[in-house]
Amino acid sequence: MGGSGILQLIFSGITIGSIYGLVAVGFDIIYNCTGIINFAQGEFVMLGGMIMISLVGAADLPMWISFPIAVFAVTLIGALFERLCIHPLKKPSILTLIIITIAASILFKGGAMFAWGKQTFSLPHFSSERPISIFGATILPQTVWILGFIAVVVLLLAFFFKATMVGKAMRACAANRSAASLVGVNVKEIVLLSFALSAAIGAVAGIIIAPIALMDYERGMILGLKGFSAAVLGGLGNPVGAVVAGFLIGIVEALCAGLLSSHYKDAVALIVLLAVLFIRPSGLFGSLEASRLKKF
Amino acid sequence: MPILVKGLKMLQMRNVNAYYGRVQALKGISLHVLPGEIVCLIGANGAGKTTILRSISGLLDVLDGEIRFNGTRLTDLAPDQIVRLGISHVPEGRQLFGPLTVIDNLRLGAYQRYRRSNRSQIQKDIEYVFQLFPLLEARASNLAGTLSGGEQQMLAIGRALMSRPKLLLLDEPSMGLAPMVAREIFEVIKDLREGGTTILLVEQNARMALSLADRGYVLETGKIIIEGPSAELLENREVKRAYLGKGRKGFFE
Amino acid sequence: MGAKNRISLGVLVGGLVLLPLFMRNPYYIGVMVFIGLYSLITIGLSLLMGYAGQISLGHAAFFATGAYTSGILTTKAGFAPVPAFFTAILLTACVAFLIGIPTLRLKGHYLAMATLGFGQIVYIILNASVEFTGGPSGFGEIPRIQLGSILIESQISRYCLVWSLVILVLIFSLNLINSRVGRALRSIHGSELAANAMGVNTSKHKIQVFVLSAIYASMAGSLYAHFVTFISPSSFDLKFSILVVTMVVVGGMSSVWGALVGTFLLGLLPELLRNFRDYDILVYGFVLLLIMVFTPEGLIGLIDRLKGAQEKRSLKAQAKLS
Repeated sequence: MGGSGILQLIFSGITIGSIYGLVAVGFDIIYNCTGIINFAQGEFVMLGGMIMISLVGAADLPMWISFPIAVFAVTLIGALFERLCIHPLKKPSILTLIIITIAASILFKGGAMFAWGKQTFSLPHFSSERPISIFGATILPQTVWILGFIAVVVLLLAFFFKATMVGKAMRACAANRSAASLVGVNVKEIVLLSFALSAAIGAVAGIIIAPIALMDYERGMILGLKGFSAAVLGGLGNPVGAVVAGFLIGIVEALCAGLLSSHYKDAVALIVLLAVLFIRPSGLFGSLEASRLKKF
Repeated sequence: MPILVKGLKMLQMRNVNAYYGRVQALKGISLHVLPGEIVCLIGANGAGKTTILRSISGLLDVLDGEIRFNGTRLTDLAPDQIVRLGISHVPEGRQLFGPLTVIDNLRLGAYQRYRRSNRSQIQKDIEYVFQLFPLLEARASNLAGTLSGGEQQMLAIGRALMSRPKLLLLDEPSMGLAPMVAREIFEVIKDLREGGTTILLVEQNARMALSLADRGYVLETGKIIIEGPSAELLENREVKRAYLGKGRKGFFE
Repeated sequence: MGAKNRISLGVLVGGLVLLPLFMRNPYYIGVMVFIGLYSLITIGLSLLMGYAGQISLGHAAFFATGAYTSGILTTKAGFAPVPAFFTAILLTACVAFLIGIPTLRLKGHYLAMATLGFGQIVYIILNASVEFTGGPSGFGEIPRIQLGSILIESQISRYCLVWSLVILVLIFSLNLINSRVGRALRSIHGSELAANAMGVNTSKHKIQVFVLSAIYASMAGSLYAHFVTFISPSSFDLKFSILVVTMVVVGGMSSVWGALVGTFLLGLLPELLRNFRDYDILVYGFVLLLIMVFTPEGLIGLIDRLKGAQEKRSLKAQAKLS
């Protein structure tokens, strides 16, 4: 395989890796505010993609209207999930929380199967499907859209966390929850917001990936797992690390699929996950000191 | 600052019992604070001083008894609602937001006010805090986690003041600080009282606390054993023996 | 083993002996066979979750190791089923031991994700290594078990075999819980730090229980392979791992009996949900969610709580009378 072939693989790795990164950011936001790993994170991605496909396909709405509606719908689902399943708990154990988010992911998946059946769907590309040639490799215009949306989401998040009062309150909650409540931050509201926000991010990921990756009711689990691998590799709770780790995992995965065996493609992220957990649970970018405070 | 009628109890705890798991931390605590007073709680480690502050600010649910602030029952309210009523708690060990800047810590102190009052008011209050603690102004854009112990205590007090509290709960403001720095902090506490803020103070250093406070309560294993005006407590034989031993020289002597 | 456990065990054995006398329909006996297979796994999981406080979302992998080892050894290496059964146990124990050492250092969410990742990797391997496992379509013609002159072929003979094994495993587990090891395990669940401080070697005990629960799953896997004579990866996916965890949780993690109750209920549920077809997954999710939100200690815990409330009430009533 020549250099352009490798480049081609790297491009496709970057594309899919950016989605893993977004999913990972969703994990980080909820983890930072609550200490919960939301096993249903991948289902938000699936729901975003599926709802968008329905709006565009069945309801025949234009993309630019469907996009915000789909994101809003999934955000609402995330918020409802928090209100109904997380909010009522009194001093839950970690085991309880794990099982609750797993149960929720089963419910979301079952609901999606109920609504859409078991068929696989695809979304039209956002613009033309004619590949663009770069250094002998080609990329689809959709890849440019994906990278553009990632950039916008990351910038918006950076603005939200650095420049708005609510974003600062979320960071304050992550740093010290009881102190945040002492300055008057309603922590329960922030927890609700963290679920809504990460659902929204998941939905965006699902929508922008739908044109190049087929969507079905089962798609969420594997995307969630790979996103989690990226979150752990980037250092759990570190959104910047998550995005970088997402790209890394995407590229390694694409290279593995292209150069070794496509059978084992899906195992790459998992092997990375286990390797990081066993060797350096704080991830690439997490400090060992900070990780000591977390519950491994 | 509104003028408050003297003699009306601002804070009142009646027969409060609280538990940490199965350990009873507070056993029938009754105390009150009048407007404009500085009241101090003294006692050994684990006597229940911090627990009293935590139960007032809503961090700890009390089992029974009643806590009222200007007539409003606090027992069922969440911490953020209690802040809105005008109580601000400077917790033990500062509890700053380490990864955030000094100025963001102060802004978060005014979190409740961002939705209601205008930002220039809040900016003015930040300047007021910088006036109280000039050291903080120089470090405004540093991360709170990088401050020295004294600066952290100043920031913790400054952050608490940003909600414009009527009652300030101060937990061990001198803990771990050099005597010079501790004295500076206590000067500021005096200033605050002169400005009309009511203060409930927890302090290990009993002499220092009593020399500042109007009244005091002495706690032992979750119960109040002695109470009275500071001057009386300073002369009390029991207090002298247990808390004002020869090795415990204050800073105001 | 306490008196309470002895009585429960007696009731269980009695019920199991009487059941085939009343229930002649081989279909329902077949359902009971599967509940027995699940029980083997959930008893082990409840030791791991309830007593050692560790979660595993990868037990399908051990179930698969048992099934595939038995299947491959008997079809391709000429093993008889019984030696294959024990070889599978040995292999699974080794795998569990190797994967357990680094995994059980982790806690909470990390442990859950690590075991889940391990289970998925095994699932991917089953699908990908076509020359050994037959890939996604699996392989068949696995011989039935021959015990002496008896061929385990009818539903009733399977029923006897699997439930005898369940009773043995149950007795072993109950004795384990009440032994020194059991007390050490409970102390891990309480607080690992405290347990360590008291001189309990927590990591050793955790790995022992992990390996034991993997062995139970391997037994179930071997029996499964010989019973249905055909295996493919789809029986060993994440859904399976989650199902067995659900069984334990629904019944109640705090005791082995809870695991059995949960296994019975969720084992019978598909029969009740026949009309739902594929949507039974919705019901599973819903039941699991309800249980965790409203009574995280499971049905057994709920019963205990109701009993406790009643006792309190009767105590109060007595106090009033006197």
